[in-house]
Amino acid sequence: MPNLETAPSPQKLRRIAIDPVTRVEGHGKVTILLDEENKVHQVRLHIVEVRGFEKFIEGRPYWEVPVIVQRLCGICPVSHHVAAAKAMDIIAGYGTLPPAAEKLRRLMHYGQMVQSHALHFFHLASPDLLLGFDSDLTRRNIMGVLADFPEIAKQGVFMRKFGQEVIHHTAGKRIHGTGAIPGGMNKALTQEERDLLRNGVDQIVEWAIGSVRMIEKLHLTNPRFYNHFAEFGTNMMGLVRSDGAMDLYHGGLRATDAGKKIIFDHADYSQYDRMLQEGVKPWSYMKFPYIKSLGPEHGWYKVGPLARVQICDFIPSPEAESERKKMMAMGEGRPVHGTLFYHWARLIELLHAAEVIRDLLDDPEILGKDLMADKGPWRGEGVGVIEAPRGTLFHHYRVDKDDLVTFCNLIVSTTNNNQAMNEAIRAVALQYLDGCEITEGLLNHIEVAIRAYDPCLSCATHALGQMPLEVSLQDAAGAMVSRLCRNSDGAIV
Amino acid sequence: MATAAQNTTPRKLRVATTSLAGCFGCHMSLLDIDERIIDLAKLVEFDRSPINDIKHCGPCDIGIIEGAVCNAENVHVLHEFRANCKILIACGACAVNGGLPAQRNHLDVAEILKHVYGDLDGKPSAPNDPELPLLLDKVRPLNEVVRIDYFIPGCPPSGDTIWKYVTDLISGNNPRLSFELLRYD
Ligand code: SF4
Repeated sequence: MPNLETAPSPQKLRRIAIDPVTRVEGHGKVTILLDEENKVHQVRLHIVEVRGFEKFIEGRPYWEVPVIVQRLCGICPVSHHVAAAKAMDIIAGYGTLPPAAEKLRRLMHYGQMVQSHALHFFHLASPDLLLGFDSDLTRRNIMGVLADFPEIAKQGVFMRKFGQEVIHHTAGKRIHGTGAIPGGMNKALTQEERDLLRNGVDQIVEWAIGSVRMIEKLHLTNPRFYNHFAEFGTNMMGLVRSDGAMDLYHGGLRATDAGKKIIFDHADYSQYDRMLQEGVKPWSYMKFPYIKSLGPEHGWYKVGPLARVQICDFIPSPEAESERKKMMAMGEGRPVHGTLFYHWARLIELLHAAEVIRDLLDDPEILGKDLMADKGPWRGEGVGVIEAPRGTLFHHYRVDKDDLVTFCNLIVSTTNNNQAMNEAIRAVALQYLDGCEITEGLLNHIEVAIRAYDPCLSCATHALGQMPLEVSLQDAAGAMVSRLCRNSDGAIV
Repeated sequence: MATAAQNTTPRKLRVATTSLAGCFGCHMSLLDIDERIIDLAKLVEFDRSPINDIKHCGPCDIGIIEGAVCNAENVHVLHEFRANCKILIACGACAVNGGLPAQRNHLDVAEILKHVYGDLDGKPSAPNDPELPLLLDKVRPLNEVVRIDYFIPGCPPSGDTIWKYVTDLISGNNPRLSFELLRYD
């Protein structure tokens, strides 16, 4: 594949922008540079928003962090909430969590998997798959799916609702709850809550099985297309349990190459900065991480469902494991790398999460009231890592003796996928756009590839960047209220 | 000849939504109306929104905005909404008073850039491509930039709260939130 990251002479080329990228979460745009023959010379996914979180969290008390940090993202708040709490457990000197506390955190987290995966597939991505990549753009959304496939759409809505209810009962609130605190949990599950959720979960498992079967059938209608749409081999990374099983809450880091050969395994995630490095490119606020030992050219990787389902040795719940085997069979002994397999893998994880929730609700310990770990000596530094819906999420903090945060580094799931997403849209541009008359439907193919990664561009905007010009902002009455910063040489005016 | 009143069903209201500097939690809360989305589809049709593929706002009855104003693109989109929407709602803490994104307001932007992106060979390496929108030195709530008609507090306001607000508006009433629905957390 030619390198489409940077065109040698961009000035002579025509620019097409997909702005904003829609049916994803957060703010991003794609720019494509073409010559007169519509040959593609440059394709980039830009993350255009920045927040500065890592800086302004400094000076805040550590116990505030799990609650503040989830405001990075309204789709996966629980992931940030729990990853920060895991880091703070260590920092504040807590030992192993009592079983009830860890199980409640797991319940919350797997509830989040269900809601986020259901949201992504049914509300955001299914219109492309069910109605067509280049179908009528005014109907290519959840309302269109509700009209044409009401049963499927409703099941999606109810699965998401169930996941949100699990979060509500463990975190106190559907979005931006407060259940996890450094050292444990602040709320037990009541018997009524348990029974309510338990009564609903069998139906969810059943619907989840139906969804995996649906994507399998869809795949079989056009296997060539599904196998090869934006297909390219990459390294893969994720957490696995000590026995190699999929575990979305805790484990060691495993990375493999495109053929599933191990790069590192069961690595202690608190040492992540020995294994991973982040690069910066001038055209995106989102950084570009890579595996240090392989370097920036060859060291980038993908995370999230497609990586996790393939790098683990097995999924520890029966229905999901049997669906996993079916998907893996498509690769005839080799990992699959077609971008649309992300959806299939995601629905397998949705099923797995529903099964885990069922088992947790059946476990008497889930009603335990002992929710705080014993406190040992203050440690001051900690790393919390979790498999968020979109992939591995790193939170790293240092806190001083006055309880105030002095350092924060986050590598969010979507950032881990940055290079892979860019490669995916370049692959699509070459496969479908190169030399063609560009239509809306063709441009949507690019967005389909981005959506497969379920990017959380909100999460990815936690950093804060700079800009090359200056403009002023006036209020409704015409008075100047603000200025924009200038920055072409790094200086801020 | 039939009169106009006999053969016209009432026109569906057009609703546009967008997220500026926000976390999408307010949009997620809108989807927390769960199965009532089926009723909503009967009452309104959507114009520009992150949940569909309409990229620019046309004439609308109601615009719902989450998030604060942090860069030039946000300003542009906010003006587009104000110009096209008869009623504009600031939804959630970020839109109402700046919320979490405004936590950077006490810091110097240059310092933050340096902090996050570092230096490479003595030169600042923060992204600076013209494709990236200009940043404001301070994050602003919506009403400091355009006139806003209604404000819904909460981070995020719950699905029930948004539902009550929007259905009140659709039926032509002044929105009213009961004590339980009016929350600030
Ligand atoms: S108000 Fe809260 S939920 Fe809404 S966008 Fe802002 S941080 Fe997210």
